[in-house]
Amino acid sequence: MLQDKDRIFTNLYGAHDPGLEGAKKRGAWHLTREMLAQGPDWLCTQVKESGLRGRGGAGFPTGLKWTFMPKSVGERPHYLVVNADESEPGTCKDREIMRHDPHLLIEGCMVASRAMRAHKCYVYLRGEYIAEREALEKAVKEAYEAKLIGKDNVNGWDFDLYVHHGAGAYICGEETALLESLEGKKGQPRLKPPFPANAGLYGCPTTVNNVESIAVVPTILRRGAQWFAGFGRPNNTGTKLFCISGHVNKPCNVEEEMSITFKDLIDTHCGGIRGGWDNLKAVIPGGSSVPMVPAEQIMDAHMDFDTLRDLQSGLGTAAVIVMDKSTDLIQAIARIAYFYKHESCGQCTPCREGTGWMWRVLEQMVKGDAHHDDIEKLLDVSKQVEGHTICALGDAAAWPVQGLIRHFRHEIEDRITQYRAPRALVQGHTVAAE
Amino acid sequence: MALRRFDLEAGGDSFAFKPETEPTIAFWLGKYPQDKKRSAVIPMLWLAQKDNEGWLSEPAMREVADRLEMPYIRVYEVATFYTMFRLQPVGKHHIQLCGTTPCMLRGANDLKEVCQKNIGKPMSVTDDGRLSWEEVECLGACANAPMVQINDYYYEDLTPESLTEILAKLQNGAEVKPGTFVDRLNSAPEGGATTLLEGDLYDGSRNAVSELPNLPKDAPAEPEPAPAPEKKTTLIKDSKPAPKAEDKPEMVEVAVGEEDDLKRIKGIGPVNEKALNELGIYKFSQIAAWTPANVDWVEDFMSFPGRIEREDWIAQAETLAGGEETDFSKRVDAGEVESSKDEGEA
Repeated sequence: MLQDKDRIFTNLYGAHDPGLEGAKKRGAWHLTREMLAQGPDWLCTQVKESGLRGRGGAGFPTGLKWTFMPKSVGERPHYLVVNADESEPGTCKDREIMRHDPHLLIEGCMVASRAMRAHKCYVYLRGEYIAEREALEKAVKEAYEAKLIGKDNVNGWDFDLYVHHGAGAYICGEETALLESLEGKKGQPRLKPPFPANAGLYGCPTTVNNVESIAVVPTILRRGAQWFAGFGRPNNTGTKLFCISGHVNKPCNVEEEMSITFKDLIDTHCGGIRGGWDNLKAVIPGGSSVPMVPAEQIMDAHMDFDTLRDLQSGLGTAAVIVMDKSTDLIQAIARIAYFYKHESCGQCTPCREGTGWMWRVLEQMVKGDAHHDDIEKLLDVSKQVEGHTICALGDAAAWPVQGLIRHFRHEIEDRITQYRAPRALVQGHTVAAE
Repeated sequence: MALRRFDLEAGGDSFAFKPETEPTIAFWLGKYPQDKKRSAVIPMLWLAQKDNEGWLSEPAMREVADRLEMPYIRVYEVATFYTMFRLQPVGKHHIQLCGTTPCMLRGANDLKEVCQKNIGKPMSVTDDGRLSWEEVECLGACANAPMVQINDYYYEDLTPESLTEILAKLQNGAEVKPGTFVDRLNSAPEGGATTLLEGDLYDGSRNAVSELPNLPKDAPAEPEPAPAPEKKTTLIKDSKPAPKAEDKPEMVEVAVGEEDDLKRIKGIGPVNEKALNELGIYKFSQIAAWTPANVDWVEDFMSFPGRIEREDWIAQAETLAGGEETDFSKRVDAGEVESSKDEGEA
């Protein structure tokens, strides 16, 4: 269990001043110049040693990602782009950083930019986060005025930070779609390679990182890589913001130790499951795109990348969606399927057509108006979408469906049987009971 | 995907930004490199929508295109792709109701009914022009579900009762403060936070440390070394003297049927096998006995520098010559490797 003294986001709930004065009192912008003076190699090594894995969902080691940038700056400038397009259903953590602790993010952007020899950084917010954008713009202005960033600043590394925003497209959370969008185009993902580290924003070397990954870095450097690596289990280290929503007594965001067990997380911070632990049915542990895990498997599971992967799910963004026994799971997944249908960018056929098909079949299954073989067909279609698209949205659409069938196939079968029972079946066609 | 079209007629013939918006436009244009003005298209369209009573008409799109020197079609594409751009008129207060699973689990469907009852169908505007609503996808405030966004701001932790009240107030021209509608601070647990309770987090004591941990012992290499001149990429074979004729591996002759299936080595397909056979190489044991000079010669002959070492042909050959299996050879034997099949079999 994490203690208050080890929390990074000490203004998570906005109880204190989010401005520069308050942020400085909480430890931000302290020894920043000294960090920057150490240069890229030291910065990358420290972040690698802390074991920080990307907080945007995929869990790729952050320090390693930074080293993919070219070792010297050629004709093309380097860019850091921060992914603040927080749209994964269940996830609402970056929002708290931007509106309540924006200076940690700005400082992190500067340190990360130094580590990858960039002088410019764009923060791409989702369009709906207007209050968050206003808060972040205000903090950026403060930082410029205090000469913490900008040309000839007190920290000794020329650095400009620009806030950009989208306009309501989930797909822009995919890094190459985000870059397309930032260039003023439709957010359709690019084929890789070339990877952004070679040709990203405006064709220049670019690294895209999640808000939380960037905002934790200055504190890690101030307190030491070992300090951060001391939390959680090996390969799953550090502190993590969890977003708990759904059927708990008190949904909330909270910073906890990585690898905390599900039960501890819920009992300590969320006042338990609505109707008690016996009432728990299933949990989506990492945002809508990871498969659900049934109650008996999740209860004592460690909330980290490796444990949840072994449960055929994932930590994703640590957006924990809890569902109790009153939940119609088929309906819950059908709504997620609708989400992906709505958000598919339309570029790849398997995703554009498959997401709509899966949603329509699931809606039929909610009523029970389907055949038993449709379950197998649905699974088959989900496998044809998964892995056959340019970006991971296809996978993200397929996994929740596969999770539902893997663990709760019997519920779909019962629903179909119940629907069919009063209806006579004549040569493969249903006729109305009247 | 969401299929969205716009109405050419509904927006009239012209649109102009309000004079007070101009400084904001300049602020946005200043964020991007001179020749990348197009990057500002989304923020500009958003400002245009604000200046056009909450929706984006076709003349407004053209105005943005002209200012950014973009073809109209590129702006139309962006306007129809991103769902926050509304392509038809909306009420003074436009309600975006989040209906995605986390909000659905906490009762978003009940809120939908409230909107249906008090406003009407999605995207219809009330007669007084004050309210309209639509269902949108996850707004990213899931710990405060269910919630709606009214114009710019979030109204969280709603119930059918609190939403009904909000709608009534807005309809009567009153203001409603955004934020949560239950007893909690933002996304802290209802009734009080369980963390961040210790006072010394906020008294500046975190700044007591005066040196960073883990600094290197020697002085830091502050000035970055000047960028090395771009290295010319050279092929390995250019940098080495040409292999000599005597390094050619020895030939053997084997009876038909005595030769080994060299395709069981990873890296050797039908084409490479044929080339090796022409060199008189038929047995794993021959490959296993190659000297480094032999390897260079063969790589040069077959024009793939570095590949034999990279794919470790020699170690594979040693294993196979000893009658053992490699992971790859097992897959070949099971017929799983297409590229290792003879043409006739494929």
